[in-house]
Amino acid sequence: MTLTFRRAGVVAALASSLFAITAATAAEVNIYTTREPGLIQPLLDRYTAETGVAINTIFMNEGLGERVASEGENSPADILMTVDYGNLTDLVDRGLTQPIQSDTLDAAVPSALRDPQHMWYALSMRARTIYLSKDRVPDGAISTYEELADPKWKGKVCIRSGQHPYNTSLIAAMIVKDGEDAAKAWLEGVKANLARKPGGGDRDVAKDILAGICDIGVGNSYYVGLMRSGAGGEDQKAWGAAIKVVLPTFKDGEGSHVNVSGAAIAKFSPNKAEAVKLLEFLTSDEAQELYAKSNFEYPVKAGVAADPIIAALGTLKIDPTPLTEITAQRKAASLLVDDTGFDD
Amino acid sequence: MPDTAARRRSRRDLTERLWLTAGALVVAGVLAPLGGLTYYAARGSGDLWPHLYRSVLPTAVETTAILLLGVGLLISVIGVGLAWLIAMYRFPGRATLEWALLLPLSIPTYIVAYAYLDVLHPVGPVQSTLRALFGITDPRGLPFPEIRSLPGAIALLGFVLYPYVYLPVRALFMMQSPVLLEVARTLGRSRPAVFWRVALPLARPAVAVGASLALMEALNDIGASSFLGVKTLTVAIYSTWVTRSSIEGASQIALVMLLMVLVLVGVERLGRRRQRFVARGGRGRPVTPRRLTGLRAVIACTLASLPVLIGFAVPASYLLVHALERLASHGLPPALGRWIANTMLAAGGATLIAILVGLFMAYMARLVRRKAAPALLRLSGIGYAIPGTVLAAGMLMPFATLDNWIADSIRWLTDARVGLVLSQSGIVLITGYVIRFLGVSSGGIEAGLTKISPSLDMAARSLGAPPARIAWAIHLPLLRPAVAAAGLLVFVDCMKELSITLLLRPLNFETLSTTVYGEAARGTYEDGSIAALTIVLVGLLPVVLLARSSFGDQQSRPSKATAQLAAT
Repeated sequence: MTLTFRRAGVVAALASSLFAITAATAAEVNIYTTREPGLIQPLLDRYTAETGVAINTIFMNEGLGERVASEGENSPADILMTVDYGNLTDLVDRGLTQPIQSDTLDAAVPSALRDPQHMWYALSMRARTIYLSKDRVPDGAISTYEELADPKWKGKVCIRSGQHPYNTSLIAAMIVKDGEDAAKAWLEGVKANLARKPGGGDRDVAKDILAGICDIGVGNSYYVGLMRSGAGGEDQKAWGAAIKVVLPTFKDGEGSHVNVSGAAIAKFSPNKAEAVKLLEFLTSDEAQELYAKSNFEYPVKAGVAADPIIAALGTLKIDPTPLTEITAQRKAASLLVDDTGFDD
Repeated sequence: MPDTAARRRSRRDLTERLWLTAGALVVAGVLAPLGGLTYYAARGSGDLWPHLYRSVLPTAVETTAILLLGVGLLISVIGVGLAWLIAMYRFPGRATLEWALLLPLSIPTYIVAYAYLDVLHPVGPVQSTLRALFGITDPRGLPFPEIRSLPGAIALLGFVLYPYVYLPVRALFMMQSPVLLEVARTLGRSRPAVFWRVALPLARPAVAVGASLALMEALNDIGASSFLGVKTLTVAIYSTWVTRSSIEGASQIALVMLLMVLVLVGVERLGRRRQRFVARGGRGRPVTPRRLTGLRAVIACTLASLPVLIGFAVPASYLLVHALERLASHGLPPALGRWIANTMLAAGGATLIAILVGLFMAYMARLVRRKAAPALLRLSGIGYAIPGTVLAAGMLMPFATLDNWIADSIRWLTDARVGLVLSQSGIVLITGYVIRFLGVSSGGIEAGLTKISPSLDMAARSLGAPPARIAWAIHLPLLRPAVAAAGLLVFVDCMKELSITLLLRPLNFETLSTTVYGEAARGTYEDGSIAALTIVLVGLLPVVLLARSSFGDQQSRPSKATAQLAAT
C-alpha cells in the first residue's frame, strides 16, 4: 500500500515539476539538425538576442529521421534542418514533416529552391565547383563536369568519396541529363583519372593540389571562402591560394550543379508558430547576409549579396534540372558508385 | 529431517529463480537494441542484397578480414614483445615505460587517424623535412607510403590498440610463470627458447583475451576507417544506412556481422577453455629481471619507446600544438566547462550503473549453479560486439516506445504534457552507454571474482555469516581493484564514445566528443583541438590510475591486470 502511494506521489511530483518547466519556457523552438553547430549557432544567437525566444538544438550526423520517427507524437522536434535535397525529401517521404503556410517564406525563397507541397524550404545554397592548380593548369582548360573524365587528366584528379551526398547528387543530376549508361561511363572515366583513392573532404582536394598530388579536383564553393578568408586557420589560406575555381556547367552549358541546406517543420511540432517565425527570420535579409558572410554560402533570397570571396568566383548560373528528378536518381547514383568500384 | 532439507532446497530454488529472473531482465534490456535492429531488418525487403552481394560485401568482407588479421598480428607482436621486454629485463627508462605503454588507451582512434593524416601529408612536417634533407623540391618526388590505405589503417590501429594485449600478458609474465620459466632455464634452455617454448604458450590465453577486445574495437571502428578510406563491413553498414538510405539493409548486414562475431567469440572461448588451468597455475614470487647494459640497453629502450611515441606522443603533441595555437588566437572556448561537465555527468553516471549491474551479474553467475547463469552473464556483454553506430540506431525504437508510453500514461493520469522524459533527462543516453559497455564491467568483475577462492566463502559460511555479509565484508574489499579497473575502462570508453552520444543525447547537450566531431565534420579541426586535447587529458587520469593500481603493488594482487581486461 505505502509503496503504491509513494509511487503515485513520485509520479505526481515529477509530472508537476516537469509541467512547471514546460510552462516557464513557453517561447522556445527545438531544432534537430545535421548541420554542424558552428555553422548555425551565430544565426540562432542573433535570433534569441532579438526576440528572447530560447532555441534548443541537437546536432546529429545520421539517424535524424530515425530518431524523429521513433519519437512519434511526443517528439519535441520543431524544426528539422539538414543539407542536401535528398535528405530533405527523405524526411517528407517518411511522413515526418507538415506543410508550412507562410507568405513570407514563399516570397523569400524562389520556387525552384523549395518543396512544391511547402514541406521544406532551402535556407542556403552551394555550387559543386572544380578546383584547378593555379600553377599547373592553364585558364579555361576545363569548363564542364563531363571533362573530368577526359583521358588527358589521367593521374591528375582528386575527389572525396563517391558515396558522399555532394557527389551522389552530382552523379544523379548526370543520370537525369545523359542517362545511366553515360553516367556510368563518366564515373569510370573519372576513376581512371584519379591521382589517389577517393577520400577526405573537399578541402583535402585543395590541400592535395597544393601538395602536387593532383592538379584538378571537385569541391563545394563555400570551402573556397572558408580557406581563403583564413576562417579555417593559417594553413588553409595556403590551400585556398593554390587553387583557382571554375563554376562548371554540364556539357549542355545550362548551368552549375547546386545543392542546398534547408529546413522542414516536424509533423508533431509542439511549437509550430514559433518555428515558422524562426524560419522566416532565417530567410530574412539579415540572416541571409549572415549565411553569406559566416558560412560563405550563396543566399537563397534574391537581392542578398554573396560574400566578396564567393562573388569573385564569377556569376553563378544554376542548372535548371528539377530537384525532384535529381532526387529520384540519387539511389541509382549511389549504386553506380558501388558498381564501378569508384571508392575502392 | 527430510522435511527441513526439502524446505531448504525449495527456498534455495526460489532464491536462484529470483536471481535468474533479475539477470534475465538485465539481458532483456541489453538485447532491446537488437530487437530494434531486427525490427528494421525485418521491415526491409532485401532488395538491396543482390547489389550488396555483387558490389559491396565481397570487398568489405575481404578488407575486414585483412584488417583484423593484420591488427591482430601486430598487436600480438607488439603487446607480447613489450610485455616480455618489460617483465624480463631491466634497462634505462623501463620504470616509466612500464606504465607509459598504456597511454595510447587514452586517445580515441579517430583523433589519431586525423592527426596522422595531417602530420604525414606531403605538405605536412614529416615529408617537408625529409624533402628538405634530401634536397627534393617536387612534393611528389619523395616515395612515401600512403597512410590512407589498408596497411596504413592496420599500422595505425595496431599502435593504438596494442595495450589491450600488453596489459594482461605483462601481468601474466610477471606473476604466473617465473617458476615454470626458471625450471626451463635450469633444464638448460636458452632465454629465447624459454620464450618460444614456455612463455609464449603460457601467454596465449591472455593474448586471446586482450586481442579479442582490441579486435572488437577495430571491427567496430568507423572514424579511423572512414578517414583512411578503408571500406570495412562497419563502413559498409554505415554507408548503406546513410548514402543508400536503407536502415533496413544496414540492420541486415549488422545482424549478419554480429552472428560472425559471436562465432568468433565462441571459438575463442573454446580455445581458452582448454588452457584455463595452465594460466591459473603456479603463483609465486615475481621474476627477477635481468639487467641490460650498453648497446642492448639502448636497443631495448628504443624498441619499447617506439609504440608510445607512435601511438601516443606524436598525435598528442599534434593536438597540443594546435590547441595552443587556438588558445593564443581565441582563448578558451566559453562552453568548455559545460562540455566537460556534460561528459563527466554522462560517463560518470553510466560507469556507476555499469559497475552496479556488472557486480550483480557477476554475482549471479557465482551464486546460481545453473547453466543459465553464465550464459546470461555472457549475453549481457553483447553490446560490445555491435558497432556503436548501428547499436545506437537499434536503441531508438525500444527507448522511444517506453518513453512514449510514459508520456501518454502521465498525460492520461494528470493531463500534463511532459514530453519524452527518459530521452530529455539523459537517461536514454546513459542507458545506451551501459548497454554498450556492460561487458567491459561485468567481464572485469567476474574475472576478479573467480580469483576469490570459494573456500573463503565456505569458511565464512561455516562461521555463520549470511551471504550478504560475505559479499560486503569479504568479497567487496577483495574485489575493489578489479571494480576500480573495470570502472576506469568503462569511463574512458564512455568519454570517447561518439555514435551513441550523437544520436541519443538530449537537446542542448554537447559533450567533448560531439564537439570534436562537429568541428572535424565541417573541417575546422583547429576549433575542436582544445576539446580533443581535453578528452586525452581526462582520459590520461584513468589510465595513470589503472597503471598505478596494476603495477603499484603487484606482489600482493597478481590477478588484477588480467582481470581488468578479461571482459566480454
